[in-house]
Amino acid sequence: MTDPQSSLLRASRWRPWEFAVWIVAFALPALVPSHALLVNEIVIVALFAMSLDLILGYTGIVSLGHAAFFGFGAYAAALFAKLVMPDPTVGLVVAAVLTGALGAVASITILRGTDLTRLMVTLGTALLLLELANKLDWLTGGADGLQGVVMAPVLGQFEFDLFGKTAAWYSLAVTLILFFLMRRLVHSPFGATLKAIRDNRLRAMAIGIPVASRLVTIYTVAAAVAGAAGALLAQTTGFASLDVLAFDRSADVMLLLVIGGVGWLYGGIAGAIVFKLLQTWLSSVTPQYWMFWIGLLLVLLVLVGRDRLFKPRTWLRKT
Amino acid sequence: MSGTETVLSAKGLVMRFGGITATDNVSLDLKRGARHALIGPNGAGKTTLINLLTGVLTPTAGRIELLGQDITTLAPHQRVARGLVRTFQINQLFDSMTPLQTLALVVSQQRGLGAHWWRPLGASKAVVERASELLVQFHLADVAEQPVKHLAYGKRRLLEIAIALACEPRVLLLDEPVAGVPAGEREELLQTVAALPTDVSVLLIEHDMDLVFSFADRMTVLVNGALLTEGDPETIANDPKVKEVYLGHGAAAHG
Repeated sequence: MTDPQSSLLRASRWRPWEFAVWIVAFALPALVPSHALLVNEIVIVALFAMSLDLILGYTGIVSLGHAAFFGFGAYAAALFAKLVMPDPTVGLVVAAVLTGALGAVASITILRGTDLTRLMVTLGTALLLLELANKLDWLTGGADGLQGVVMAPVLGQFEFDLFGKTAAWYSLAVTLILFFLMRRLVHSPFGATLKAIRDNRLRAMAIGIPVASRLVTIYTVAAAVAGAAGALLAQTTGFASLDVLAFDRSADVMLLLVIGGVGWLYGGIAGAIVFKLLQTWLSSVTPQYWMFWIGLLLVLLVLVGRDRLFKPRTWLRKT
Repeated sequence: MSGTETVLSAKGLVMRFGGITATDNVSLDLKRGARHALIGPNGAGKTTLINLLTGVLTPTAGRIELLGQDITTLAPHQRVARGLVRTFQINQLFDSMTPLQTLALVVSQQRGLGAHWWRPLGASKAVVERASELLVQFHLADVAEQPVKHLAYGKRRLLEIAIALACEPRVLLLDEPVAGVPAGEREELLQTVAALPTDVSVLLIEHDMDLVFSFADRMTVLVNGALLTEGDPETIANDPKVKEVYLGHGAAAHG
């Protein structure tokens, strides 16, 4: 046996390619300024997907209503900027904290039950919020959305520009910070207890893990991160509309996380890149049918398996 | 050998599911360091009794004390924190982890580090040392870094018990530890069970009479949810009531 401590710690160490990913990501708005808005959008979706990975990939809790938190964060940030103050950083923190509180309350609904009941309950929660946002039009603007959100410069220094360069860097910086924190979390003993719950809830209880309290905590954290992602979208686009809460968004984020791979955080990033690029490319080639190709990719991934699909030399070998 | 101090005590436990009485006024005392076997034919209520003791079920009536404290209404994880730990008849493992990661996790949790989220798993030298010690003790050192899902059945069975021991139990409930273990891997497991720390009180639920009689210094016989008799192995072996309801069936089944 090699030294057990270094073997355990190896899992949490940053790999060289991880640094490369982030350096490239931060260079992109400067390298391809014309696509800064797309970079911004991908980063936000990646952050949103990583927040889902915390509960789906690491804790084994399926959710078809994760957009509830994304949307809530978006509206919270937009309203905060309109009604209280336009500073983006403060707005972001406020939106994340409020969404975390919503997540803590909503976590009661996912403590018990099977995957199926969780799918239904999370879906229901998101639909509730969507309808609320629609009805409370004096506050949210209803179906017209919340328009005219004007943001102050980031940290009082960096004005949001029309081409989205500041937006992309702002989203990247926030995402990197939250990613770093999440990465610490999933590699810690706390993270290991989450994986234990995912792998075997019965045994997790039998080794003394307070399962319910872990679920509340991670659901709250995931909601807060999703809320931050939503806040970034509202702040960088100056707009929040009902589609931030829509079912499509919950379904898309789960889809892209499965495409990217669950349970390693980078799955959210990989999935967001593949999903958004395919969406951008395919929807310009076949505007009506791009979901067909996404669907095909998903079916192949699930049926063939990610490993086999991306390692052609395994195609001829028997399983 | 058993001491005189009672560590786990069940008093008048009753469990009814609708009209069925699965546990019928069962009382049981476990002394410090005991090697106590719980036997009984299928359907005798052994599993229900284990679930009552560990807190998966709350009894309809009766009281459970651990080290003199009432734990009747405590949640399972709270009982574990107080030293009441079980193993499972069917392995309940964390398949995506390695044995090393599993034990590092369990030891971390046991030492109150389970909610720590900043430093990585394995950052604590003491935790890693205890985990490595258990790996060696349970013959798992050579497979320490293989995913649990790829381990041979006997190794998985060893890990099942190692996890429980990593919780530093005062009382250990062993639910059929050798069930399903192939002959070649059996000896390793039996030795490990025999070598459990003497200050840990063990309640063994087992069908394998060889193991029961070689291991236990005291035995309780359950039939139809109720206590039939309790005594040392020799008394139990010669008890005509036991022979009739249990060993008779056992002999026929082994036939």
